[in-house]
Amino acid sequence: MELTYSKPKTLIDTPTHYCPGCGHGIVHRLIAEIIDDLDIREKTIGLAPVGCAVLAYNYLDIDMCEAAHGRPPAVATGIKRVHPDNIVFSYQGDGDLAAIGTAEIIHTANRGENITVIFVNNAVYGMTNGQMAPTTLLNQRTLTTPKGRNEKIDGYPLRMCEILSIIDGSRFIARTSITSPANIKKTKQLIQKGFQTQIEKRGFSLIEVLSTCPVYWHMTPCESMKYIDEQMTKTFPLGVFKDWENENQF
Amino acid sequence: MSINKNQKFLLTGNEASAEAAIQAGCRFYYGYPITPQNEIMTHMALRMPEVGGTFIQVESELAAIYMVYGSAAAGGRTMTSSSSPGISLKQEGISYLAGSELPCVIINMQRGGPGLGDISPAQSDYFQAVKGGGHGDYHTIVLAPSSVQEAADLVFDAFDLADCYRNPVMILGDAQLGQMMEPVVFCKKQKTDLSAKTWALTGARGRKRNIIKSFYPVKGELEVFNIKLQKKYHEIEAEEVRYEEIDTRNADIVIVAYGTSARICREVLKDAKKQSLKIGMIRPITLWPFPSHCIARVAERVQSILTVEMSAGQMVEDVRLAVNGKCPVHFYGRTGGGIPSPKEILHKINELIQVKEKVTCVTS
Repeated sequence: MELTYSKPKTLIDTPTHYCPGCGHGIVHRLIAEIIDDLDIREKTIGLAPVGCAVLAYNYLDIDMCEAAHGRPPAVATGIKRVHPDNIVFSYQGDGDLAAIGTAEIIHTANRGENITVIFVNNAVYGMTNGQMAPTTLLNQRTLTTPKGRNEKIDGYPLRMCEILSIIDGSRFIARTSITSPANIKKTKQLIQKGFQTQIEKRGFSLIEVLSTCPVYWHMTPCESMKYIDEQMTKTFPLGVFKDWENENQF
Repeated sequence: MSINKNQKFLLTGNEASAEAAIQAGCRFYYGYPITPQNEIMTHMALRMPEVGGTFIQVESELAAIYMVYGSAAAGGRTMTSSSSPGISLKQEGISYLAGSELPCVIINMQRGGPGLGDISPAQSDYFQAVKGGGHGDYHTIVLAPSSVQEAADLVFDAFDLADCYRNPVMILGDAQLGQMMEPVVFCKKQKTDLSAKTWALTGARGRKRNIIKSFYPVKGELEVFNIKLQKKYHEIEAEEVRYEEIDTRNADIVIVAYGTSARICREVLKDAKKQSLKIGMIRPITLWPFPSHCIARVAERVQSILTVEMSAGQMVEDVRLAVNGKCPVHFYGRTGGGIPSPKEILHKINELIQVKEKVTCVTS
């Protein structure tokens, strides 16, 4: 009998610290699968963020580096300049990328830095118990928006793909989700395209993945998936926002 | 620009520091403009492409120090430079560099503070430089040049020290040193006996993966790591203290001063000699590790010690700790960009002598 599905070599066989229903495990696995498929395990260097995925280096069997909150794109730049032929990716959450690290992500994209960013957007600060994120939806309740996010006080959810896609240095920008096998498959294709963009030295790529946080959304895992499909995608529409293969599309 | 060994150049301290870094094998420079150290950056912008290195004018001081973090983690010789307010912004990153044991060089050409302050020479970042500056139990090695030649030489040494101990090294200069021009020769060579950076991130080819981090969430792990760091710091304290000792043997009063202040005090020593005053000087070259033993030894036999700084009194605290009550420790300083003149310092010395004579009179 042929084995058609198994643990990727790059994924370390250990229980993760993630909560039940959290999307990080799915995204980690996809990255590991892609590294295996492209046969780049021995030349890939990953950046773990501050946030729930801080321990990503416990799960991916590659050289990895930690970065302070918001700084993975800067650290990735420093690594990539030393090793331009290695594959360098950062893995970042919404607070990291769209609040404290907004300057770093915009300028790294603007330099056309040849790195790939995996941006996991779950609209909440998970590691610190569920405060408002820059991507928290309007009316969404969090610890610091107990009556729901009010645009008059808290501002609006920040759409990073849309912002980054108008930057000349960006070459591949896409938003996807992990709510169904079809969407997970699509997410894998898009992340793989991001890595391919880098391998072909085309410049900056970012894939935003809409992901779940059942604990701080106060929902079951299934309700969380539904919430992405029915609510999050209204504010954060899925799609490819910039693609070097079709530069005129935006 | 071509540089021959032993060729003499007339350069500012900023340019000499930058060129020395290139000569020392630094190939990754990241910086943000701030006066009075801009010539470091402009020299790097010119020279890095010539030697196949990387120069990035970064969007912020924060991003600059984290690019240094990345290049250091990847095994490159890397540097950033700034002046006081910019160095404050880098402190988080310096703490991370120390916590991840990453080698790099940071140049601080100090200016007046607090806040935006001014762009005049100052030595008021001493506490920040030698006591950590960022959060956590750590030290950076701090070197304090007092001439353009020494600035160049210490940059060479800084890269070797950083690699040797896997620790950030700070060069603590000031606007005066950065801006003035002096002849300089790039005569130092890179150390060749440093061990290979087997810990660096290169891609896990034919070896187990490397991880660069400063996060130890399991209870007790961080304490174990911090004790290891402290062991390293004790080794640095035992091996790397540097200072210059001038005429302390028969001195009545010994000055302790570093960098530009020490340069001014050299003139004071000459003038004092003319007045037949017995004045010596200890010039710390490493501010951390601090030459406490030398100061303690001298304190046994002098009437008093005078610390001279371009600050409201920072290094004087370390001098007092070293002296530990063995003799009186006096302070003369100018702050906010003020530069003490040799005349002012000599006046202070004469005051100390007169007070001493009065005391002697009363007691006898």
